[in-house]
Amino acid sequence: MAHVDRQTWDVVVVGAGGAGLRAAIEAREAGMRTAVICKSLFGKAHTVMAEGGIAASMGNANEHDNWQVHFRDTMRGGKFLNHWRMAELHAREAPDRVWELETWGALFDRTPDGRISQRNFGGHEYPRLAHVGDRTGLELIRTLQQKIVSLQQEDEKEFGAYDARLKVFQECTVTRVLTDAKSGSAAGSGKVSGTFCYERESGRFFVLEAPAVVLATGGIGKSFKVTSNSWEYTGDGHALALLAGAPLINMEFVQFHPTGMVWPPSVKGILVTESVRGDGGVLRNSDGKRFMFDYIPDVFKEKYAETEDEGDRWYEDPDHNRRPPELLPRDEVARAINAEVKAGRGSPHGGVFLDVSTRMPAEVIKRRLPSMHHQFKELADVDITAEPMEVGPTCHYVMGGVDVDPDTAAATGVPGLFAAGEVAGGMHGSNRLGGNSLSDLLVFGRRAGLHAAEYVSGLTARPAADPLQIDAAEAEALRPFSAEGAEPEDAADRGPAENPYTLHQELQQAMNDLVGIIRKESEMFEALKRLADLRVRARRAGVEGHRQYNPGWHLAIDLRNMLLVSECVARAALEREESRGGHTRDDHPAMDRSWRNINLVCELADPQGDARAADPSLGQIRLARRETPPIRRDLLELFEKDELAKYLTDEELTR
Amino acid sequence: MTEQQTAQHVAEQPAASGAYQAHFRVWRGDTEGGSLSDFTVEVHEGEVVLDIIHRLQATQAPDLAVRWNCKAGKCGSCSAEINGRPRLMCMTRMSVFDRTETITVTPMRAFPVVRDLVTDVSFNYAKAREIPAFVPPPELGPGEYRMRQEDVGRSQEFRKCIECFLCQDTCHVVRDHEENKAAFAGPRFLMRIAELDMHPLDAAPESGVDRKRTAQDEHGLGYCNITKCCTEVCPEHIKITDNALIPLKERAADRKYDPLVWLGNKIRRRTE
Amino acid sequence: MATGTEPTSQTGTTGVHTPSRAAIPARHLRTDRWWLAPATTAAGLFAFIVYSTWRAFANADYYSAPYVSPFYSPCLAQNCHTMHGGPNWEIVGSWWGLSPALLILIFPLGFRLTCYYYRKAYYRGFWASPPACAVAEPHKKYTGETRFPLILQNIHRYFFYFAVLVAGVLTYDTALTFRDEHYAWGHMGLGTLVFLANIVLIWAYTLSCHSCRHIVGGRLRHFSKHPVRYRLWGWIGKLNERHMLLAWSSLISVALADFYVFLLASGAFADPRFF
Repeated sequence: MAHVDRQTWDVVVVGAGGAGLRAAIEAREAGMRTAVICKSLFGKAHTVMAEGGIAASMGNANEHDNWQVHFRDTMRGGKFLNHWRMAELHAREAPDRVWELETWGALFDRTPDGRISQRNFGGHEYPRLAHVGDRTGLELIRTLQQKIVSLQQEDEKEFGAYDARLKVFQECTVTRVLTDAKSGSAAGSGKVSGTFCYERESGRFFVLEAPAVVLATGGIGKSFKVTSNSWEYTGDGHALALLAGAPLINMEFVQFHPTGMVWPPSVKGILVTESVRGDGGVLRNSDGKRFMFDYIPDVFKEKYAETEDEGDRWYEDPDHNRRPPELLPRDEVARAINAEVKAGRGSPHGGVFLDVSTRMPAEVIKRRLPSMHHQFKELADVDITAEPMEVGPTCHYVMGGVDVDPDTAAATGVPGLFAAGEVAGGMHGSNRLGGNSLSDLLVFGRRAGLHAAEYVSGLTARPAADPLQIDAAEAEALRPFSAEGAEPEDAADRGPAENPYTLHQELQQAMNDLVGIIRKESEMFEALKRLADLRVRARRAGVEGHRQYNPGWHLAIDLRNMLLVSECVARAALEREESRGGHTRDDHPAMDRSWRNINLVCELADPQGDARAADPSLGQIRLARRETPPIRRDLLELFEKDELAKYLTDEELTR
Repeated sequence: MTEQQTAQHVAEQPAASGAYQAHFRVWRGDTEGGSLSDFTVEVHEGEVVLDIIHRLQATQAPDLAVRWNCKAGKCGSCSAEINGRPRLMCMTRMSVFDRTETITVTPMRAFPVVRDLVTDVSFNYAKAREIPAFVPPPELGPGEYRMRQEDVGRSQEFRKCIECFLCQDTCHVVRDHEENKAAFAGPRFLMRIAELDMHPLDAAPESGVDRKRTAQDEHGLGYCNITKCCTEVCPEHIKITDNALIPLKERAADRKYDPLVWLGNKIRRRTE
Repeated sequence: MATGTEPTSQTGTTGVHTPSRAAIPARHLRTDRWWLAPATTAAGLFAFIVYSTWRAFANADYYSAPYVSPFYSPCLAQNCHTMHGGPNWEIVGSWWGLSPALLILIFPLGFRLTCYYYRKAYYRGFWASPPACAVAEPHKKYTGETRFPLILQNIHRYFFYFAVLVAGVLTYDTALTFRDEHYAWGHMGLGTLVFLANIVLIWAYTLSCHSCRHIVGGRLRHFSKHPVRYRLWGWIGKLNERHMLLAWSSLISVALADFYVFLLASGAFADPRFF
């Protein structure tokens, strides 16, 4: 359609969180004209919520730390399902990425000799998290934001315009990644040609034409009822990749953070940082017992303290004592809390107690955990220096995501499409360690930006955006306004208009109850049925009013994405008949070594079907199993044979 | 428990669980005009104003525009004015109001309105671009930076800023005088200058940028009459006035209004 | 304070009524008693101004051995009351016919007038610029402290230096209150306590000054290279947090000390003596 504005850029970055901004900086510094597009205001991305720190083996707090140890911890945390190459690159490059932030003005907390201070965190052998109190994510986003501004200032000096080579389109949403494939032919095999977007403020549509698109949209948490994620986390990048023809992997692995607030109801799910435990906080049940000592799994038996005394000594003398089990990886702690509550030993509001008040003086708590102190004081009227917090599991992070090349962050199957950060899969395996997400954003954000720039430089001709795709995207986006009135062409679409808020609530409830922290085959069948029903009803999601800043309309559009990723999660979770990391099956409670090297790959069942399925019961997603590449020998040798035997099959070990 | 007591107990339940009907007045409109609309809406225990706005969206006004994001006081998106006071909607608990009170919610009144509770905050992004960025010390490579905690503490306080722009909204210099917007950066960005001027490794002075002087000459520090409304509304409790603006005024005075310091610097530079 | 004085009408087109902003007729929507704080401040300051003007021009009842009113100390004119060993130095000759208080009060007055707290207090209380947060101010134009005369607020630090000298003299006066009315040492009366309380508050207020905080350490970039100044800066920072409280309590205490001397000098009251 002629009236849709078009602009030409070299690289379009979707998302302005840590990964998106880091990618944009890299692409711009590589000489690309780069556009960043984000749903919120610039600087408000979900990265600001990250509290604990950035994991990087700088060895400032413990000189024994190095990338190999970090690599080992990451693989253990992910139960060896991680793409080993991503884990390797991540561990090797994280320190440089953190130091680089300092050259852009970041101010981390310091060690006495003036280096970056590092703190303990679950699953990390040494104190490794660079941090700023408990607002590290804010520091990261602000530093990147200010670096972008400084690049814009350079451009202003050179070209007279701040936006000449790096522009942020804030409060805009991308609804489709465009390719040069002709609609109706084999869509999805084509090269990326741009994005279809709308301005949230005005509802105006526009197209950014660019040969490379970096997805950095974060996660999918808003498909669940109890979540620490913000409204932006509707799985946009996951869905955009699927719709453009790129597969997702590991979608069954969803991390439930063990400690979210449970009361009052309006803040249920908001995160309580892991640093509370890293700095000495302990978990107790209603009997006052530190129950985590009863939940140390066999694979971790040698690494964790067996008595409270030993655990307490570890904070002072980590070289001669083992760490307390409160610092087990997140999946273990979340399951333990879940079990305690189910056994009737929970707190009054259905969580357990997390206590720092008896462990540290009030002044220390206020200094080390200022925003936790603030958050509980203001939102729950609880003074954490005087009484314990009530906490319970909350949906926090999706390990699964776009299947990418580990070195270049290029998405499989769609040339010109890249993904970095939470939206990319593979790096964290079945479970992410705390602190590894911020470093992931920086390491792979940079790589995505760099390789997107290289890809664009290597092109001889720019792929053209298919006008039919643009028309289709526009029609799709406008659909909620015509839910009532015009007779739909599809018989299945006839019926009363649906309230998008209601649909969203039902989706969240279904995912929370049926594909939540503990999963059962029968419940997931039920979930798939409900998703199919919701998908049909979502076709009739209707909104009132006009396109100008209309939140109902925005939600109606986002529903498509949430339904797609929810189906991926449910289907993959049903398929994987074992328990591993962020995927716990009540009916298959043990980890199975034969599943270790299997990735479940989700693809769109009917790529030309404009996101609707002819037969709802079949759904939109097809699953395939894929074997992961064997871990490189020198990396395997970093582990003890005994430990490897717990994860790898005999066949893999003798290979 | 007798039957009567049980009945009484049950009757008290709703009160104990805290649900009640509250009266809200919410500004609805756009650049063309608008007015305060009245709503009666259910409120549950422990809720904040943003929850109520969301309930209005879900039940009575699906197209009510509101900007929000994290709902935990960390992103600074849901700034508005509640009963005339600039506040974050997600950090304003309903329990601070009387149950019979009418709660008025309007968009921020210092910025152009977009629709309903959403304002155009681009003024702030324009100002952010005018502040010269951090200048890294040329002789230090990444990983070589050494800074003491006591040297980063001051700037760290200012970096707690979540950019909710409530200080910019409440500051009468621009709120009450649109014409001052061109000349005045506002508390948030004067604080940014202070942050950089106190940054232990900022090499701006060596590169020829005098942040103290430009704060006064180019960013309108002189407009500030330290009446402290920025500090009063800051949801992060940053002491903007005492720790950033006044120290910056003193630093500007060093540069521009203090003959003794000027003389001292002259002499010292000569002896160096 | 050369800013405009015409109040804008409720339907004006400036400030919060600028056409691009949300159309809300009310100048503010605050429901609390926002006017209470500026009204109290204005009343308090006004009361002090009335009292101190009367006392400064009175040129009487300011000395009752061993107590000298802080309004008249140091006393620098020839027409000063003789205070044996007291703070009277005839720097200004016999040509000065007015009250000697006027010579010295300039300095504490200037210190307080340019003080960052008092500026807030009178800008809000007297000038309504702004009257309270998010309450529209009644001025058409506003240039803040960018022009004469308000640009002179930047010399606050010089008044601080003088205030330190004056506080030194008042400390001396306080020491002298340990003499009796015949100038013999070893006395203590109720007046001594009044003077002690006053001088403690005067010093606390003076040292908690923002300029002082800047001079002592605030102007440094690297605290770690100046550990002593850093520590001093920290202490003064703690005092500085209470600058408003100290500003008011020292204002009241200095008026009370003066009033106490007035009561003694005018014979309305006799100083109770402890030893």
